Amino acid sequence: MTQATAVHEAPKSFIRRYIFSTDHKVIGLQYLFLAMAAVAIGIVLSLYMRLRLAWPTERWPLLGKLFPNAMAGGTISPEFYLSLVTMHGTIMVFFVLTTAPLGGFGNYFLPIQVGAHDMAFPVLNMLSFWVTLAGFLVLMAAFFVSGGAPISGWTAYAPLSAVGEIAGPGLGMGQNLWILSIALFCIASLLGALNFITTTLNLRTKGMAMTRLPLTVWAWFTTAVLALLAFPVLLAGGILLLLDRVAGTSFFVPGGLIVSDKILPHKGGSPLLWQHLFWFFGHPEVYIAILPGMGITSHVLSTFARKPIFGYRAMVTAIFAIGLLGFLVWGHHMFVSGMSPYSAIAFSLLTLSIGVPSAIKTFNWLATLYKARIHFTVPMLFALGFVSIFVTGGLSGIVLGQTSLDIPMHDTYFVVAHFHLIMGVAAIFGIFAGTYYWFPKIFGRMMNDALGKLHFWLTFIGIYAIFIPMHILGIAGHPRRYAETAGFDFLTPLQPIHVFITIAALITAGAQLLFFFNFFWSIWKGKKAEMNPWRATTLEWTIPSPPPHDNFGPQTPVVHRGPYEYSVPGAAEDYLLQTAPPAPTKS
Amino acid sequence: MAKPITSLRDFETIAVGPRPPGRPEDGGRGGKEQPPNLPEGSYRLAMLFALASIGMLFLGFTSAYIVRQGLGGDWQPLDPPAILWANTLMLLGSSVTLHRSRTLLRREAIREGVRWLSLTMVLGLLFLAGQYGAWRQLVAQGVYLNTNPHSSFFYLLTAAHGVHVLGGILGLGYITLRGWRWRLILMGTPDRLKHYDALVGAAALYWHFMDGLWVYLFILLFLWR
Repeated sequence: MTQATAVHEAPKSFIRRYIFSTDHKVIGLQYLFLAMAAVAIGIVLSLYMRLRLAWPTERWPLLGKLFPNAMAGGTISPEFYLSLVTMHGTIMVFFVLTTAPLGGFGNYFLPIQVGAHDMAFPVLNMLSFWVTLAGFLVLMAAFFVSGGAPISGWTAYAPLSAVGEIAGPGLGMGQNLWILSIALFCIASLLGALNFITTTLNLRTKGMAMTRLPLTVWAWFTTAVLALLAFPVLLAGGILLLLDRVAGTSFFVPGGLIVSDKILPHKGGSPLLWQHLFWFFGHPEVYIAILPGMGITSHVLSTFARKPIFGYRAMVTAIFAIGLLGFLVWGHHMFVSGMSPYSAIAFSLLTLSIGVPSAIKTFNWLATLYKARIHFTVPMLFALGFVSIFVTGGLSGIVLGQTSLDIPMHDTYFVVAHFHLIMGVAAIFGIFAGTYYWFPKIFGRMMNDALGKLHFWLTFIGIYAIFIPMHILGIAGHPRRYAETAGFDFLTPLQPIHVFITIAALITAGAQLLFFFNFFWSIWKGKKAEMNPWRATTLEWTIPSPPPHDNFGPQTPVVHRGPYEYSVPGAAEDYLLQTAPPAPTKS
Repeated sequence: MAKPITSLRDFETIAVGPRPPGRPEDGGRGGKEQPPNLPEGSYRLAMLFALASIGMLFLGFTSAYIVRQGLGGDWQPLDPPAILWANTLMLLGSSVTLHRSRTLLRREAIREGVRWLSLTMVLGLLFLAGQYGAWRQLVAQGVYLNTNPHSSFFYLLTAAHGVHVLGGILGLGYITLRGWRWRLILMGTPDRLKHYDALVGAAALYWHFMDGLWVYLFILLFLWR
């Protein structure tokens, strides 16, 4: 575990340089490309679900070729639909929403933004990526084992997930692989989180006080703390679940449970215990996904509003408050589990109080934009989109945070709409903002502006076209997780909404091809980028694009200023780099 | 006496120590003086956070334990296998030997220090062998992992703790090897000694934590009813 010294040579061999690299930038890119592969798979799975919902009787022989066993004859069985639900959720939450903003951008930019030459523990960092990749491959393997992928959802509720094959397809080997995959992911996240925390606290360059950290770094730092404290609890739950499945213990399986006409030998366990352990992790996980997006949004808004971020300290406090409250609200996922109404009220009040720091952030973003001369670049559009979607998704959170409203709506599409907007799409907009913003730094070339804007508008409108109608479905009482609505008279009139959503989803997914094309085309053919194309202030813009192996070379930067000094009165330019020396004091 | 955290500055002070005096425009302390990112502080800091994380793992198990016990019914508490008392002494003893080693290493008595380090590892291995012995005793009585919830938790918690102790032994082994090599090759340059001290310090933190964790688990499993 030898430390990085100030100057270190880039490794010469291809394998050490690009595959088993300890360079945080290469590792960040590895994470980003893993997330891109995962998101492509996740989107395809969701489209399969959408097709099934819109045209339940249709056959799709061509699409069935992808899953020759599970989709025999080109039809999606209700069981396979649940497999799709499970795998879509697991892939997206873990391998996209956690991997890209934290593992990808965090790895690439946190060391540069604090002025370090690499992470504190580069070897651990490398391990963290490779264990994540192993977790992903194990998860994918679940599609290829007998019984297929598990049908228990990304939350793997016991006892369905705990009793084995007898309860349904995919609950044998598939569920075991799911647990193993999540366990690997937990361990990888811990290694990564240790690096983020140690690097932020200990490797900041001279002058980079905590109060001069960009808000992105604060967001990654808080996220890492959340990951460090939340993932071990999921790991504990996963181990207990695995023991229930393979060793015959009874942690989660109650006594006298009858499945498929057989009484199971387990006795005395509590399915609720799994829910508590899972959601104690699961709620902080929501913030693990969204906080980096908030950081990126603050960063990008300030850059293109050409104004300092409004209320820097309030922003940092709000990030911390959201992180802290995130550990105290897991019960709001369990209002319908039969918990005591008294604890439900406590969870409800704590949940609603998250609205306060969230509103602080939102109003500070708006205040940053107030009277600004906004540059509507592509990253800025996505950052503005983030604010819009964060507000829309957050408002339905206030609805669902109240037990009296959550209980009737909990198992409906209203919840699907809510969590997709707030944690899925908002986080994805943060990722897009980050990608368009930092692409010139990472690859030394610009992404195409016109394609980017087209991508933004199609995605932005498409997302609302998908998820606003889902709220209506939910209010109409449409249950979630159902593969088909045949046989429920009250759902028949809602079918056109499903068709509308599916068409919107197909168009929105198609729009993402624009992004992928733009991304890969620009890597090779994009316009060459200068060192600081956005005229931004933080340390990553003081070094060449792409950055050299040791980031700053033999010279380490010395920081004299805060991270968002835009339009400073009396300055020659409308931005001041963090390294700009202080103006001579007037006497 | 811990000062309450009322500002970012306080947080920073607790996390990384007070800022050295300097012109405020320089921001004072921002990480270590460069060059360069010396590992001493990072090892300790990362270990503290790693232990917080490991603590959360066992907190998760503990909450499951308390909830499961509260469900009653099939909960039949085991009597502690007698060998556990010996194991506990062994592990407590290893913390003492490790502390002794640390003191010697600090005095640059590398040869003796590494010797005590090796003794610590031997005690750790004996502890693991003893834990295995406890499992054999229970198996001989017909008590298995799935016999009843308390036995499930006993096997689970001892195994989870044992894996962590094994990790600690491997870590100490790495440090011992390094100690032997450096003693032979380089009679401790100040830099090396400082680095070595940081390594041993982080490992010691981990080891004492595992020691305390075992006492906690022992109390949870057998003494706290």
